[in-house]
Amino acid sequence: MFGKLTLSAIPYTNPIIMGAVAFMAICVVAILGAITYLGKWKYLWTEWLTSVDHKKIGIMYLILAVIMLLRGFADAIMMRTQQALAYGSNMGYLPPEHFDQVFSAHGTIMIFFMAMPFIIGLMNCILPLQIGARDVAFPLMNNLSFWLTAAGAVLVNISLAVGNFSRAGWLGFAPLSELHYSPGVGVDYWIWALQISGIGTTLTGVNFIATILKMRAPGMTLMRMPVFVWASLCTNILIVAAFPLLTVTLGLLTMDRYLGMHFFSNSLGGDPMMYINLIWIWGHPEVYILILPLFGVYSEIVPTFSGKRLFGYTSMVYATMAIALLSLIVWLHHFFTMGNGADVNTFFGITTMIIAVPTGVKIFNWLLTMYRGRVRLDTPMLWTIGFLITFTLGGMSGVLLAEPPADFVLHNSLFLVAHFHNVIIGGVVFGVFAGLSYWAPKIFGFPLNERLGRWAFWCWFVGFYVAFMPLYALGLMGATRRMDHYNVAEWHPLFIVAAVGAAIIFVGISLQVAQVIVSIAQRERTRDLTGDPWNGRTLEWSIPSPAPAYNFARIPVVRERDAFWDMKQRGVDLKSSTFVPIHMPRNKAAGFIIGGCAFVLAFAMVWHIWWLAIAGLAGVIVTLIRHAFDDDRDYHLGADEVRRVEGLHGRVEARSM
Amino acid sequence: MNVANEAVAGHAPHAGHGAHAHAPTQRQYIVGFVLAIALTAIPFALVMSHMVAGTPLVIAGFALAQILVHVVYFLHVNTSEEQRWNLMALLYTGVMVFIVIGGSLWIMHHLYLNMVPGVMHMHGRMS
Amino acid sequence: MSSDPIVMQRGSLALKPGYVDHAADALRDLRQRGDAVDFQLDHHHDAASTIQLGFWIYLMSDCLLFSGLFATYALLNSHTAGGPAGRQLFDLPDVLTETMFLLFSSFTCGLATLAMNADRRNATVGWLAVTFLLGLGFIGLEVHEFAHMVAIGAGPDHSAFLSSFFTLVATHGLHVTCGLIFMAVMMVAVMRKGLTSTNRARLVNLSLFWHFLDIIWVGVFSLVYLFGVTH
Repeated sequence: MFGKLTLSAIPYTNPIIMGAVAFMAICVVAILGAITYLGKWKYLWTEWLTSVDHKKIGIMYLILAVIMLLRGFADAIMMRTQQALAYGSNMGYLPPEHFDQVFSAHGTIMIFFMAMPFIIGLMNCILPLQIGARDVAFPLMNNLSFWLTAAGAVLVNISLAVGNFSRAGWLGFAPLSELHYSPGVGVDYWIWALQISGIGTTLTGVNFIATILKMRAPGMTLMRMPVFVWASLCTNILIVAAFPLLTVTLGLLTMDRYLGMHFFSNSLGGDPMMYINLIWIWGHPEVYILILPLFGVYSEIVPTFSGKRLFGYTSMVYATMAIALLSLIVWLHHFFTMGNGADVNTFFGITTMIIAVPTGVKIFNWLLTMYRGRVRLDTPMLWTIGFLITFTLGGMSGVLLAEPPADFVLHNSLFLVAHFHNVIIGGVVFGVFAGLSYWAPKIFGFPLNERLGRWAFWCWFVGFYVAFMPLYALGLMGATRRMDHYNVAEWHPLFIVAAVGAAIIFVGISLQVAQVIVSIAQRERTRDLTGDPWNGRTLEWSIPSPAPAYNFARIPVVRERDAFWDMKQRGVDLKSSTFVPIHMPRNKAAGFIIGGCAFVLAFAMVWHIWWLAIAGLAGVIVTLIRHAFDDDRDYHLGADEVRRVEGLHGRVEARSM
Repeated sequence: MNVANEAVAGHAPHAGHGAHAHAPTQRQYIVGFVLAIALTAIPFALVMSHMVAGTPLVIAGFALAQILVHVVYFLHVNTSEEQRWNLMALLYTGVMVFIVIGGSLWIMHHLYLNMVPGVMHMHGRMS
Repeated sequence: MSSDPIVMQRGSLALKPGYVDHAADALRDLRQRGDAVDFQLDHHHDAASTIQLGFWIYLMSDCLLFSGLFATYALLNSHTAGGPAGRQLFDLPDVLTETMFLLFSSFTCGLATLAMNADRRNATVGWLAVTFLLGLGFIGLEVHEFAHMVAIGAGPDHSAFLSSFFTLVATHGLHVTCGLIFMAVMMVAVMRKGLTSTNRARLVNLSLFWHFLDIIWVGVFSLVYLFGVTH
């Protein structure tokens, strides 16, 4: 009846896991209780969960990302403390099979359920505003994408309480992830969580490409788009190109595990090395999917806080495209050591090194934008400068790793771990925090507390160096990644320093939690009434904060690159006297229901509960068909309502009141 | 009224604009169909009659030709302004398909040459 | 300097043929006269073409999904692990029949599109029904082929070659099945509501999907069957 699922799947005997489960359960119960107590269920359902408004979907993505950041960081703290302890006779507090789950979960969560939702959340919140659109191309599909991602995230967290998670690393390399070596449900949790969230991400890619290509305001030619939009376009093209390969690779592994096929097995002709090849064809573009939008974010922040237009816009655009294209032909550098021979390794080594060129172009463009500018060091700019320093360093260690002979020494060592945290924390994490603090007034209507933000930045910045510089050294000293225990005396002090670094970052994250709480508490005082708190340059700052449901009461006509800056220069009046009804999409439950059914399907597949899996699949199909016959999809927001909302923000010309 | 309704209703009256300028014709479908039949029948006939000289290349050539026929006559991809993005996406996808299939085979072939001596005699020395 | 925004009421515009061009012309005229145009009240974006582009991009992503499967098959087709190879298993006359089913269905799908453009509802549904039956025939032949292979002990779990063969061909078959469901839904929708603009937009997508599957099949019969028999 319940497949492989029995009560023994719950790890009662493990105090660490049960503690974490209890904490999660208390949080969930507290939130559900609070919603019930405040009587907010209907509000939550009609205004948020079923919302097709890109801004609300964006905020839901951001909330998911922040929660998963905390979860993933808890894993990081566990690994750092384990490695600080587990030297010589001390075995630490995590047994190997648990430690392996922790690093697998950390990587999976941070990439798929922290970084991806964060960048997609920022794109959702800002991108349509920057191109002067009233929504994305497919609003309901946007909602569905979110729920598929959320379903995957829930699945990963459920694995903590019911069964276990994968021990095969964040990419589940075969043949370790094959049934023979990983007979439990861990890898299945990993497969299905990635599969459904990956499909959600592909849909997001389709949605944003169509949005950018088809829904720009009149006058906004491609070469007038803000760089964040360009970066997002390249990112979404990469998503649509790469994520199907993830779907295939996971699908083939699923066939091996569920139907006894032999794609990546060690027997009957299977080839595990093909798995490595396929997963990295997706995996390498994936890291550029993460970083490119943040390059866009920095390109928005630097001009705004330097009071200058971006230096080298055209080169920035071409550099972005070059990086996007090159990122598709470098994947082999993740497995130089597999034995492809000098010619193949040389090709991929050179393509990898070439990426440093367009990236360098970008770095110089940002520096030259600041040069002779009137630089304001607000939190977004602090994160940006922290990025410039840290990312450049990480990029250089990347060029080192791109040389096959060096890679043969450094492969699988902590040097590699230091490198990719250097670029991912220094580039992606600093970037999402920069973007969040920059756009918070637009997204939430009030800014994030500046003082706590600065403190958080310094903790992150210092903590990063203390935590990861020792790892470079450790890697050169021969320490491999993913060790739960070691016997080398020289390594021990460096691991302790790294743990101290993680503790400093922990202080930073705590300050950020405090920052969010304080900012919400002070929101009535700090509310952004201007719509343009930073003296911005792009269209999102031309409308009130937070953006009204319809975004633009009047669609701007774009004449220059920094469209809003141009308007301000010409003294354009943002007030209006004439309003027309605005065509709006209607909120729908279909996205939530399909996401829920996909979750049921995935959970049932993990535990081999076939009847439930069929029910989940049937739910998806029936909901899709029912939706096809639903004609009540949109409505017109009346002109009077638009006038009322604009009036609240002082955007109605007096003579017409 | 649906989003799509408005757009199509907006377009319908002005033939000569928008999609209708390039509406598919019966002629296109018939030409495409005849070509596709021919490009299917010939390689099948060649293989079934065991005329094997240079077969893989011949098969690939006919397959590519037929794919082109489908794209032009059934998917109606052309170089007009309104199809610009479709065409760009298609060309980009072609490059990606080449990278994925060509790259994978190149990598795996060299891997076998270096690491799996037993497979070599099956593949022959291709490099 | 300020100017009145161009007031474009949706109601009047929707009736005006070619209004997108009118708006663009109006803007150009105003610019040439040196007036500033900073806002317009309503910006129309062509929803049908956006939907079509979105669907097209989805098809391209699907194409890359198949490219992963083709690459895997191309690599593993020689990994028969002592088991049967393609030339012992494949029956070309059957494959040719399958191919013809799909090719004819592509043609009848095109005829359905033509009927739709000619506003002939019943003909549209009729050609869709023919397409549906041809597609169903294709799936029937494929299921028959699979059942036969499993019965003679050449199931997907017997070698890497068979795994990649079954997965590639069945993924295509699964797509065709989804296309059949899509088609059935569209036949009901057109019967119920007629050739509304929503239905038209979806029928265009359906035909794109169907022709796309035929293209994938060209790759399948060439690489898998024809090449498999000769190799």
